[in-house]
Amino acid sequence: MEPLRHPFNQRAIIAALLIGFTNGYASAFVVLRKSALKVGSLSHALLPGIAVAILVAGLNDWSAFLGSLFAALLIGLGSLAVSRGSRIDQDSALAILYTAAFSGGIILLRRLGVTQEMDEWLFGNIMGLRDSDLWTNFWISFGALGLLTALHRPLLMTLFDAEVAATLGVPVRALNYLLLAVLIVVLISSLQAVGCMLALGLLVTPAATVYLLTDSTNAMFWGGSLLGGLASAFAVLVGWWLNIEQGPAIVLVLGACFLAAFLFSPKYGLLGRSRNKAR
Amino acid sequence: MTVATHESCAHCAHHHELVVENLHVRYRHIDALHDVSLATSCGACVALIGPNGAGKSTLLKAIAGLIPLAGGRILWRGTKVAKWSREIAYLPQRENVDWQFPITVERVVRMGRYPQAGWWKPFSTTDEAAISRAIGLMELTDLAHRQISELSGGQQQRVFLARALAQEAHVLLLDEPFTGLDRNSKAALAATLREIAAEGRLVVASHHDMDTVRDIYDEVLLLRRSAIAFGSVDEVFTTELLDQTFGGKEMPCPIG
Repeated sequence: MEPLRHPFNQRAIIAALLIGFTNGYASAFVVLRKSALKVGSLSHALLPGIAVAILVAGLNDWSAFLGSLFAALLIGLGSLAVSRGSRIDQDSALAILYTAAFSGGIILLRRLGVTQEMDEWLFGNIMGLRDSDLWTNFWISFGALGLLTALHRPLLMTLFDAEVAATLGVPVRALNYLLLAVLIVVLISSLQAVGCMLALGLLVTPAATVYLLTDSTNAMFWGGSLLGGLASAFAVLVGWWLNIEQGPAIVLVLGACFLAAFLFSPKYGLLGRSRNKAR
Repeated sequence: MTVATHESCAHCAHHHELVVENLHVRYRHIDALHDVSLATSCGACVALIGPNGAGKSTLLKAIAGLIPLAGGRILWRGTKVAKWSREIAYLPQRENVDWQFPITVERVVRMGRYPQAGWWKPFSTTDEAAISRAIGLMELTDLAHRQISELSGGQQQRVFLARALAQEAHVLLLDEPFTGLDRNSKAALAATLREIAAEGRLVVASHHDMDTVRDIYDEVLLLRRSAIAFGSVDEVFTTELLDQTFGGKEMPCPIG
């Protein structure tokens, strides 16, 4: 436990717990909504946002945050406009817009001479967190979790059957936009830990793993949070022990958990299921 | 016609009336429905009959408030139906529902109390009583804690009915409730729909099986983008009018 003495490392562990917990909770919405691809596209849209923000306002905490938020919203709404205004479907539109923006972002970042930072935005650098970053993460987690739990009832009804929810007076459209906005903010909060290339893993895998183990919606939300937080913190330790980068380690540990559930879940696992059949 | 006996209908001297007047619905630039009118009231079972793409689902959704109207109006108990009404329940086609969603029978039925309980309020004893009564009436008590993925088609349909009963809906709009059910479940569902109507509620369902129409329904709307005819089963469910509804050339631009 030697590494835990250093403040850098303590911050990394706390950040992993916090970011993993929030992403784990939010991942239940992504999985139940079957919108992993869409969220993946938006996570890539964060990078060009950062690039443009640096170009316009220079590199600081707020420029990266606001730039990435703005870019995700712009590309999300842009894909909606393209799909409504032409015969191209929204997924295709999203793919076109985010790959183009991403390419532009990479070129721009190289020109701006921030190659070192670019690596961090792509794959994360949880060891580089400062106290102020921790606080930002804390408030994002606090706000996102508060909002999502407060709106749990109408959100769950919308996820299960949006049409029926609407006939019961749930403002479905507004809730969908709100949910997407919260997911984007949660994505941004995980940028420093895992980067925009890997953020999707943290925002899908935890609840997807629990989904294979349980039939309870609540277990999916809180189990996803616990798994997300604990697996991320454990992965940071693994990173030190094996001397590998923490960002990829987090997503890899989560992937391993998923694989285990996929194979060995008593009810829904590949091997668990065949064992039940054989009995 | 049956006299209303349902507690929420009983205190009214008149039947609760559902009136659709010259309904006009457009999807993009196509007329999905036009010139659809009907007038019916609580205590009846109404069948919507017509070929695929005739607009049966569209009409149900329009009454449920899910689709904006291009013209005409829908009146429930004399007032225009707003975006939604607690008294009108919509039961989607079973195939449009994600049955792998991790949720139990009871939790689905509880959703019916959302209009009363709101976003945060804990459920009152009235809410709980309505929920267990609905579950009991639909004979789901033993299945209350089952996952919805583990139910048969007939049981799934009863879960939706229980949710509508928990909601204390007066009007139940069912989209193809009999599709995909086996023979026994069909007979059981038919009896249940009759009971729900006899209780003083209004049942409106899109229906495909011509052999069972007379056993289940009191009134029929023949639909083919516009209303061909509306009236009692004896008046409307005739060979001549059915030929007019289904026969002839293919409809242009069929939509779901």
